[in-house]
Amino acid sequence: MLRNSTRWLRRHLVTIAGLITLAYLILPNIVVMVFSFNKPNGRFNITWQRFSLDAWKDPCGVADMCGSLNLSLEIAVWATIGSTVLGTMIAFALVRYRFRARGAINSLIFLPMAMPEVVMAASLLTLFLNMGAQLGFWTILIAHIMFCLSFVVTAVKARVMSMDPRLEEAARDLYASPVQTFLRVTLPIAAPGIAAGALLAFALSFDDFIITNFNAGSTVTFPMYVWGSAQRGTPVQINVIGTAMFIIAVLVVLGGQLISNRRKNSTQH
Amino acid sequence: MTVTEAPPAAPEAGPVVHKRPVRKRLVPYWLLLPGIVWLVVFFALPMIYQASTSVQTGSLEEGFRVTWHFQTYWDALHEYYPQFIRSLLYAGTATILCLLLGYPLSYLIAFKAGRWRNLVLILVIAPFFTSFLIRTLAWKTILADGGPVVGVLNTLHILDVTSWLGWTEGSRVLATPMAVVCGLTYNFLPFMILPLYTSLERIDGRLHEAAGDLYATPATTFRKVTFPLSMPGVVSGTLLTFIPAAGDYVNSELLGSTDTKMVGSVIQSQFLRVLDYPTAAALSFILMAIVLIMVTVYIRRAGTEDLV
Repeated sequence: MLRNSTRWLRRHLVTIAGLITLAYLILPNIVVMVFSFNKPNGRFNITWQRFSLDAWKDPCGVADMCGSLNLSLEIAVWATIGSTVLGTMIAFALVRYRFRARGAINSLIFLPMAMPEVVMAASLLTLFLNMGAQLGFWTILIAHIMFCLSFVVTAVKARVMSMDPRLEEAARDLYASPVQTFLRVTLPIAAPGIAAGALLAFALSFDDFIITNFNAGSTVTFPMYVWGSAQRGTPVQINVIGTAMFIIAVLVVLGGQLISNRRKNSTQH
Repeated sequence: MTVTEAPPAAPEAGPVVHKRPVRKRLVPYWLLLPGIVWLVVFFALPMIYQASTSVQTGSLEEGFRVTWHFQTYWDALHEYYPQFIRSLLYAGTATILCLLLGYPLSYLIAFKAGRWRNLVLILVIAPFFTSFLIRTLAWKTILADGGPVVGVLNTLHILDVTSWLGWTEGSRVLATPMAVVCGLTYNFLPFMILPLYTSLERIDGRLHEAAGDLYATPATTFRKVTFPLSMPGVVSGTLLTFIPAAGDYVNSELLGSTDTKMVGSVIQSQFLRVLDYPTAAALSFILMAIVLIMVTVYIRRAGTEDLV
């Protein structure tokens, strides 16, 4: 009996350890979710008081929170568009062409990912201060496009590298114009990589705190609002937004999986 | 990362190899131009501005002038070396914990999850989308004094040991080094799991069978086959956790106390509150130098230079 159970334990040790890690990863999300139904006693939503749906009924009920949320969404959308366009262009150039300075460009793209965020944030601030730039929406957007760019390049590069160049040659042999080849062959094949890069850029930009904190001036994005509320008092609505974001993310990822599974199945038949 | 370069178009396809027209040869440069200009102006140029700021003296009222005052570096290091040591210590501990926690989960997803694989992957990625500040604040609730976690640790007398080691204080976890390391580990764990998973997934399962056929125990198989083949993932995972963790100040500010301040906090307050730009710039440069040196040495040691 004991031998059997130790054998079972040994066989499933990795699974158990893995599930413990998974629990560690998800625990805060569950806490955020549970506490979105709390009715706190005082300014801080840290200890459980009693069940309430108030925050869910009125998610924008606290001053300035939804404004900062809108601002973060707006910045994230523009940063995603900017960094995805610029990053995809760089990725294609790096994979498809041989040219001088390729090594230097590769390092220039790698370095922002290998730099502590606070260093980038601080150096960008010295530039803006020296230029006398007005800190706010535009400086945040510039910073976000800058740090999302490298991640987009990496994601798109991985996809374009695994693309078979013969598919495009075949399209050209069939008298497709370069524009047609790009739009009907190259772009659809690269699309999952571009989508992954864009999704990553959106998540990074929407969630960024350190670089934004340095370069925002008096503008308040959603992460900055949450940071401030950690001192002033955290409204339950923050948990509502956090929970909603989690659910939306799961649905988006699940939807993406469903689409790619269906595509896989339809190409197999 | 030059793994699979597309081979150049086969020359035997046509009898004459045409020279590309100039217009076409310029295509890669036009593709690169906007993005690279952006990175040069908003990433490389700021570094130069920061370098110049770090050797300036002056005050906010009179303005700053470059005086090549390198003393700032020495003073900054002298005054804030505890924060530097603490940052490296906390980030290093968190990285090791991430590796220990992340490896089994990555292994589970790569080899054992079967049809649950996608669900587990989603559960690893999805927390990313809830603002990490909100999740870090949730740790305040989890580790609260008198909460269930602290209660269990207390009953098992674990807190006595950790307090003796100086990781916790008495019967509390919040505002101690342990809380900060716990938050850092939590926040950067996905950055360890994803590269680990990617490199484990590439391993051919038949290699495990072959090792088993050759009478290797599971432990030997892991030590001699799986782990060495997952090295690229281990290296990029540790870098992706250590570098951001060393510069982070969110965890130490939200979960720690004044005794657990990391260097990121100091840089932030020097830049945004004290407005002593030369000291702040010098601190930021020292952090960058330390991280870059450690990363270079580590990559040399780990022997996967082609990673970068």
